[in-house]
Amino acid sequence: MRSTFLTLLFSGVLAISSAFAQDKYFTKNGQVSFFSSTPMENIEASNNNATSVIDAKTGKMEFAILMKAFKFEKALMEEHFNENYVESGKYPKATFAGNITNLSGVDFSKNGTYKVNVKGKMTIHGVTKDVEAPGTITVENGKVKANSVFNVAPEDYKIEIPKLVREKIAKEIKVTVNMDYQALKS
Amino acid sequence: MKSFRKFFLLALTFFAVLPTVFAQDDLLSLIEDDKPTTEFAKASFKTTRVINSQSLENTASGVLDMKISHRFGPLNGGAYELFGLDAATIRIGLDYGISKHLMVGVGRSSVQKTYDGFLKMKLLRQSSGARSMPVTVIWFSGMALNSLKWQNPERNNYFSSRLAYTHQLIFGRKFSEGFTLQFMPTLVHRNLTATDAEKHDVIAIGVAGRQKLTRRLAINAEYYYVLPDQIAENMRNSLAIGFDIETGGHVFQLHFTNSTAMVEKGFITETDGNWFDGDIRFGFNISRVFTIKQSNKD
Repeated sequence: MRSTFLTLLFSGVLAISSAFAQDKYFTKNGQVSFFSSTPMENIEASNNNATSVIDAKTGKMEFAILMKAFKFEKALMEEHFNENYVESGKYPKATFAGNITNLSGVDFSKNGTYKVNVKGKMTIHGVTKDVEAPGTITVENGKVKANSVFNVAPEDYKIEIPKLVREKIAKEIKVTVNMDYQALKS
Repeated sequence: MKSFRKFFLLALTFFAVLPTVFAQDDLLSLIEDDKPTTEFAKASFKTTRVINSQSLENTASGVLDMKISHRFGPLNGGAYELFGLDAATIRIGLDYGISKHLMVGVGRSSVQKTYDGFLKMKLLRQSSGARSMPVTVIWFSGMALNSLKWQNPERNNYFSSRLAYTHQLIFGRKFSEGFTLQFMPTLVHRNLTATDAEKHDVIAIGVAGRQKLTRRLAINAEYYYVLPDQIAENMRNSLAIGFDIETGGHVFQLHFTNSTAMVEKGFITETDGNWFDGDIRFGFNISRVFTIKQSNKD
């Protein structure tokens, strides 16, 4: 009888912890933009539909970005981006899955800005690379924000740039990520 | 009985743990959207023309597209004429996207010193997802003005005799990343015909397609079948085959065609070249776009 009670208690505790734990945060309107700067031309695009989930308990982070949702100032740039460079018909999403390596330095229950380091795998154009980038996590009254700026080299992801336009597209493209997370209720 | 209850409770425990275990594996699946979004087919052709014909694409809103097109002389002119390169006809045109659905264009061709203007409107857009539409449908209407000096100035000539109109519906589908096909039922109305035997209203059915060979290279073809007994006997159906080559801001279209004219009324009703006699012409279109107004909304 005692063991039955213990099992019941155990399962009860587990059920509660998974139902009420406020340790996951998500967004569907994350902002990701990139900027390519050369003496010939500046190219800028932004995407306000990035999705991301962050697990405060394990430090796991995941991102998915629909490539077609990047908006450019020139329609032709957008077409070329999708058609020729990232081939969004074939590779519709860019993803990142990784971990906060210094999770112990972040207290999700306390207001503050925390410097973090994120390490993981990024997939663009069907090519997966190990990447590492610095960022900050801001906790403000239960709300979690994250941002990061890092560089991506198109070459690393087998995105070919023809000779004719090589002077117009930077070797390293600056990517800015701004996420406004909400608590995930499951 | 007791052991059964114990097993049941254990199973319960297991199922309580299970979802949290799975969640660890793929965080994003937690917020997966069950609502599908609508996705419109894009870039069914590299530019707004297949070769001579209008394609399924419109000039983007706020974008000006300058098109310079050449058709050389017939290949069977031989080496003396450098296979047609000694003679050239030209059309210079400007297209502008008023909105994502509507574009307008004007042009001037050296053939019959023709001025032309047109409207092209997307009625339906091919899409998948929440709202699914199998085809894109476009309405095209154009006008051409022959500004040659009157052939018989002593006759009573009317300005309206210079005009011809084309109305066309384009039904097309981008079947895959690389393959697009379109059908174009067309009506050309000519206010003046050379002989009484020719019809003022000419009905033709066009078909055009493109197959991408690489990301920046595609092969295009188009053909117009003119229903019998409508145009002069020596006129033929227009056939053109060519390549689209894209280099950043430009699209080059290189092709062979038996038509000389580059406006609908011309290449549908006044094509006299015969492919089998080598009476075909090399030609090219160059397109250069300028963003006039930045209003790039989907």
